Parts: sequence; C-alpha cells; structure tokens
Amino acid sequence: MTCARLGGSGNMATQFADNEVAGAGGQADADASPLIYRTKLPVRLWHWINALSIFVMLMSGMMIFNAHPRLYWGVYGANLDHPWLVISHRGTSGFVQIGGFEIATTGFLGYAQGVPYAFPPLVTIPSTYSLADARQWHFAFAWVLLISATLFMAYNIVSGHLRRDLALKPEERSLTHLWHDIKEHARLRFPTGEAARAYNPLQKIAYLGVLFVLIPVVILTGCTMSPTLNAAFPWLAELFGGRPSARSIHFLCAAGFALFIVVHLLAVVLAGPFNELRSIITGWYRLPQERLAKERSK
Amino acid sequence: MNKQSTSGLIMPAPAPSSLVTRRNALLGGAGLLLAGCDQINASPTAKSLLSLGEKTTHGAQRLVTDRNALAQEFSRAEMSPVFRQNGNQNPGTAEYNALAANNFADWGLTVDGMVAHPLRISLTQMMAAPRRTQITRHDCVEGWSAIGEWSGVPLGLILKRAGMSGNAKYVVFHCADSTGGIPYYESIDMIDGFHPQTILATHMNGAPLTVGHGAPLRLRVERQLGYKQAKYVMRVEAVASLDGIHGGKGGYWEDHRGYQWFAGI
Repeated sequence: MTCARLGGSGNMATQFADNEVAGAGGQADADASPLIYRTKLPVRLWHWINALSIFVMLMSGMMIFNAHPRLYWGVYGANLDHPWLVISHRGTSGFVQIGGFEIATTGFLGYAQGVPYAFPPLVTIPSTYSLADARQWHFAFAWVLLISATLFMAYNIVSGHLRRDLALKPEERSLTHLWHDIKEHARLRFPTGEAARAYNPLQKIAYLGVLFVLIPVVILTGCTMSPTLNAAFPWLAELFGGRPSARSIHFLCAAGFALFIVVHLLAVVLAGPFNELRSIITGWYRLPQERLAKERSK
Repeated sequence: MNKQSTSGLIMPAPAPSSLVTRRNALLGGAGLLLAGCDQINASPTAKSLLSLGEKTTHGAQRLVTDRNALAQEFSRAEMSPVFRQNGNQNPGTAEYNALAANNFADWGLTVDGMVAHPLRISLTQMMAAPRRTQITRHDCVEGWSAIGEWSGVPLGLILKRAGMSGNAKYVVFHCADSTGGIPYYESIDMIDGFHPQTILATHMNGAPLTVGHGAPLRLRVERQLGYKQAKYVMRVEAVASLDGIHGGKGGYWEDHRGYQWFAGI
C-alpha cells in the first residue's frame, strides 16, 4: 500500500545536487542514508527572506484588497462598473461572486469573525481595518521582495544554480516524463536515494514558476498600479491592458503564491518535515533511502 | 490519555486528546502571531522602520521617473460611463451653501503665502484664464479607477502670476470641506506644482464641476492618488515647510489617518 510505504519511509525527496557533494554522495552507501550538504547559504538565506516578505505582502495585500474588494478588467473600474470578482456581504452573510456565479462564504470570506470584510482579521496585517497601515507594510516589504529577488536572480545565473539545478534536463522535457512524474506525485512517491539529490521536474516547474512568472509579474503589476510610474512608463499599463487589469493580475499572482505555499508546505510535511527543515535551515540533508533497498531490508 | 483531576496543582490538566491539544496549539499560535503583528504595527519604532519604505519609494520614484513625464491621457471612448465621487461630497457649511446658492459668483480663490503679489481670483477670471483640458485616470487609494475629462487653469501659471518666492517648497491647498470638524487640506511639492498636467479644474466632462465633484474648483495632480486631488479649494498657499500647517504632515489623511504624503503609488 502506498500509505504504508510512505509511512514507513517517513521522508522523501526534493533537492538539488551540489557539485561539491556529488562526489561524496556517490561514494556513500545508500543504506547508510548519508547526510549531505545540499542547500547553499544564498539559497537558504533567500528562501527565508522571501518567505517573510511574501507572507507580509499577502497579509497586508489582503487588507488593502478589503478597501475595495472588487476586481475589473479594462482601463477603468469602480463601484458602478462591472467587476469580474466581488468578495462582499449582505448583512452577516459573506459571499464571493465570480462572473455570474455566487458562492456563500460566511465565516471565511466576505463576513467572518464578526466583521464585514473580504478577508478576515486572522489573515490580514494589521488585523483591524487600516488601509493606511497595510500600505506602509506592503510598500516597505515590497522593497525587501524586490531587492532580495533581484540579488537571488543574479546569484542563480552567476552561480549556475539556475542552469544546473532549476532548469529542466533535456530528458525531463518530454510529456511522457512529466506525466510519469505527475503520477508518482499523485501516489505520494517521491524520489529516493541518488535521485533525491536533484529537484524533480514538477518541483522545478513550481520553483521556476515562482521565480520567472509570479515574482516578476507581481512586481510589474504592482508598479503598474502606481500613478507616478504609470506616467513615466506608459508601456506598463499597455502591457497589462490597463490599471484595473493589472490589479486583477496582481491579485491572481497573490492567489498563485497562496497556492504555491499550500502545496509547498504539504510537500514538506509529506517528505519529512524534520529533514526538510534541517536542510533549508542548516543546508544538511539526509538522502531518503532507496525504496528498493528499504523493501529488501524488511 | 488520563483525565485524572489535577486540582490543587499549578500545572494545567492534560488535554483530553492530543488532537485537541494540537488544534489549540495551532489556534493559540495563530493568535500569538496576529497579536505579535498588531503589536509591531502599534510600536513607534516599527512605524518609523516601515516608513523607511515610504521614503525609499518616494526617493526612488523621483530618481527613476522623468519629472516632466505626462500621465497617460485617454480618448473620450475610454471614459468611465459614471465617474463616482471620492472623499467628502458636500462641505455643507453655511458659508459654502451661500456661495453655491449664488453659483459661486461671490467665490474667490486666495493665493498667498510666499508670493510677491497675493491674489484673489474670481470664478469669472478663472474661466477666462488660459486652460488645459485632459482626459485622465483617477486612481483611488482604495483600488478603484475612473477616467474623466478635466479642464482648468495650470497651477504653475497662477503661481508665476503671484510671483512665488524661489524659497517656497510646497503648495498647500486649503479646502471648504471638513471631516468631523477637521478641515481638509492637501499639499504637493514644486515638481508636481509646476507639472503641465497639474491644474485647478473648473470643469469635469465638459460641464462646470458639480458639488459632489468639488465645485467650484478642485486640484488635479495626475501622477498621484485620489486623496491628493483636493476638492472645494478656497486658498492656495506657498510655503517653505509643512511644519506649521495643521498637523504638519501635509494633508488631512496624512495627519489623521497615517496615509503617505507622497501618493505616487
């Protein structure tokens, strides 16, 4: 049974191979589950700085959204125009409207914890309504996000992390290979042994999506909402089809980050949170035992 | 799990099940985290640290943008079908009502402060002055945008006519409206003060301003957010510093609600 096997192994594999440890790892006996130095300092540092800034951006962003919980497509969009998304309330009933559909969301969105806001106090910074304070948080941490992402991107290129660890290998680019990887993930069977040294293809796609899609697009759409930057760089609003469209895309990117966080944390828990946390804090990671070897030893 | 009584002990009784403990721990953790965030939010040190972001944004935007860059202008076809009002929608004071009842014939804009020739400009004079018409997007700090046509007198022309001192750093707009008894005011620097699209508008969408949109005169400073677009402007004052003006932060929202003075983002 998949569950039994997963429970038995208690760990998993997400990783990247380091040139420095590749040799040492090669000599290690798979059964000994070698501890390898897997995650370099710049990667760990950026991970945590980025995690902090993304959480603050999401939470303060949700408070900013509360000030006008409606999204539009086009060059204008206000209360009397037609939103494609509304998170609001009637009396004490919260609801989400997407296109023509309406979903009751009382207790989660629109009306929750006794307050009539799109996102409840549990997930916003600050917890009580303050657009002004939320903006101070958002624009302070926007700098943290922008600067750390820029430095990390430069590191990725210069160090070879991008080419060596993140880019899909030629053999990983086939649909058959990806489909196999999707099926393995669905069965919660993660790579083990030597295969666990490198990121698996779905993991690479998720990380590349964050680095090359979500982060750049969320920064650019954020800049598009600035009237001063709009005046100086009119191509920004043209690129996204107008400021309200950019605001919608900004929100969709935020939803993308939220989805990434859920899947990422789930993967950490399924893969063995202790080993994963040790790796992203100290850099040291224990390679999960080969599935075959483990089954033989039973 | 054992549920034996622990009365008399200082240690709390063990929770009936580990599941409940874990959930309580999670909820407690989330609560602590939130309380932590709110505590940080309330601390003056954190506030000044966070305001570093605001200062950086202001500096960076002034650094990387062309100071004379024009805000995007739109075609009539792109205008909002209905342009909603922002901020106060009627000053409602006896003086303002009297001015409005007379179609603002007795209204006059005062221009003073660090100027060689203080002015009082009537609405008729405003109407006769050189003007600029622009179809621009109004971006509210809340997140909505509306496109409308504004027509009025460039602020720079008025400041030059008044002989503004070279030492003046800010233009302050004193307004007829107030919130909870506190008068509305706003201010901009000279980069925006002399920007060609910065106008004192008398018209919107081809008609004189309605009371709801700031009659008889409102500021349009097109590269900043909606709360900078002061309505019901009564007086324009050139100053060297914002320190002595009301709360000293340059505007009603800045003084009382913690909004950023530079509303470029």
